[in-house]
Amino acid sequence: MSTRNVGFLLLAVALVAPWVAYPVFLMTALCFALFACAFNLLIGYAGLMSFGHAMFFGLAGYVCGHAIKVWGWPPELAMLGGALAAGALGVVTGALAIRRQGIYFAMITLAFSQMVYFFCLQAPFTGGEDGLQGIPRSPMLGGLLPVHNDMVLYYVVLAIFLFGFGAIYRIIHSPFGQVLKAIRENEQRAVSLGYNADRYKLVAFILSATLAGLAGSLKAVVMQFATLTDVTAAMSGEVVLMALVGGIGTIFGPVVGAVIIITMQNYLAATGEWVLVIQGVIFVAIVLAFRKGIVGEIADRWRAYSAGSRK
Amino acid sequence: MFELIGIPPQALFGQLLLGLINGAFYAMLSLGLAVIFGLLNVINFTHGAQYMMGAFAAWLLLTVLGIPFWAALVLAPIIVGFTGVLIERLLLRRIYHLDHLYGFLLTFGLALIIEGVFRWKWGSSGQPYDNPIPGGVNLGFMFLPYYRGWVVIASLVICLATWYAIERTRLGAYLRAATENPTLVRAFGINVPRMITLTYAFGVGLAALAGVLAAPIQQVSALMGTNLVLVVFAVVVIGGMGSIMGSILTGFGLGLIEGLTKVAYPPASNIVIFVVMALVLLVKPAGLFGRTK
Repeated sequence: MSTRNVGFLLLAVALVAPWVAYPVFLMTALCFALFACAFNLLIGYAGLMSFGHAMFFGLAGYVCGHAIKVWGWPPELAMLGGALAAGALGVVTGALAIRRQGIYFAMITLAFSQMVYFFCLQAPFTGGEDGLQGIPRSPMLGGLLPVHNDMVLYYVVLAIFLFGFGAIYRIIHSPFGQVLKAIRENEQRAVSLGYNADRYKLVAFILSATLAGLAGSLKAVVMQFATLTDVTAAMSGEVVLMALVGGIGTIFGPVVGAVIIITMQNYLAATGEWVLVIQGVIFVAIVLAFRKGIVGEIADRWRAYSAGSRK
Repeated sequence: MFELIGIPPQALFGQLLLGLINGAFYAMLSLGLAVIFGLLNVINFTHGAQYMMGAFAAWLLLTVLGIPFWAALVLAPIIVGFTGVLIERLLLRRIYHLDHLYGFLLTFGLALIIEGVFRWKWGSSGQPYDNPIPGGVNLGFMFLPYYRGWVVIASLVICLATWYAIERTRLGAYLRAATENPTLVRAFGINVPRMITLTYAFGVGLAALAGVLAAPIQQVSALMGTNLVLVVFAVVVIGGMGSIMGSILTGFGLGLIEGLTKVAYPPASNIVIFVVMALVLLVKPAGLFGRTK
């Protein structure tokens, strides 16, 4: 089964899904899936582990929500604004963070996201502890798309998700993506071949931040609010977990991981702190035993199986 | 009454003292992180949770068993240090051969588990801990509560003792040698795996000790270490993890900077350490006392 067939299968499921499951739940899952894919672009293909991606996701949500609610922008423009704001934040934090490698990179991105958290806690336009509430679902494309209807909005969200997913797929398979992988595998060698490794890493960081911002904007439109939760270190950890569960460096892994984690949270929401405990247990279990994630393990088995059957 | 640049001295020195106390905690925690990272190559994300466990251990010893603060100061770090031994033996030991990021993720997961369990058992609201040295003295320019003065001195002594133990004793020399080249040190007949376990327990115990010291100042709550550990990461990036004395100086210095910011422009006080981190990354990416590896 090729990647393409898996993709068509998942697309068919996504098209039928809102007739079977609750659309708002599916839209949340798609927002997080895009977020996790954006994160995976950085860790899986550039080898950079950001532990502060919530800053892009959360800040974009605030910017998008504010643009719709206070400035009266149409949602499609506000989402673009949110994504670009996240990209701009990515330029600044990325340029500083790539000055260190490995574990320090993770700590630096984490620290910056904590700084953005405190900024959002105190800034006048975020509503502090209450968050930004009551973002209206204004019609998109000049009234062509009545997105106050959940079913209509679902297909809009799916289209935007597919756009983001397609963009990531193109980036990974472009010459740019190949150079990124070369840098991930052996930075010195890539540099000696004449590639400016820092510039490649920075561009990857900005692309990932922008797409994470698109996911955050999308979530603000779907949920009609933006909150501090989306800027916390816990949220940064959650997106790491989604990518880990699904499989870092696989195309579909983050999507699968996001759906699993969001479903789990949906069922366990009533149990409060146990959600965190279970997430912690999953972290420990994956690091100790299943470092390839679900999709990574399945892909390995499949490869071994088809190699065996060819013999 | 005199004023300095429009700020009453009571407020200025009061905030400086608070900054010094926060700095003491930053120093003790970043010291432990640096020692653990040096030998284990693991950034211990559980550090904040272990600080919280230290405070909780002291609180439980007092409320359940009636054991006073001074005994808890010794007992709580030993208890929490013992849980550290278990974590190292059962979990961390399995991942040393992997990329450093896996240690970060594993200890992050552990922190979620520990904090979740404490929240489930005791809620997230704070529990008060009685001040063991009530009262204070008026120094003229400020009022100094005895306990706070004691915390600053005690943590300084602890930090300097740790520096002395690592830089000036035979055991410390083994530790530094094992940090440089564990295989060679093993060849000399030193039990490096046991040393790794004890080093982790020591770093964790140091975090717990900071937690016990913090208990009478802050409320004892399941989330008291959650944000602190993130600030300490920034402190570690600023100082670099190469030098013990560097960690101590950076910790106290950043606490003071934070205190001063609280006087000058309160809304920025939460952010100032991260701004300093950004500036240090611009000027000296390896950190103030760090070496580029």
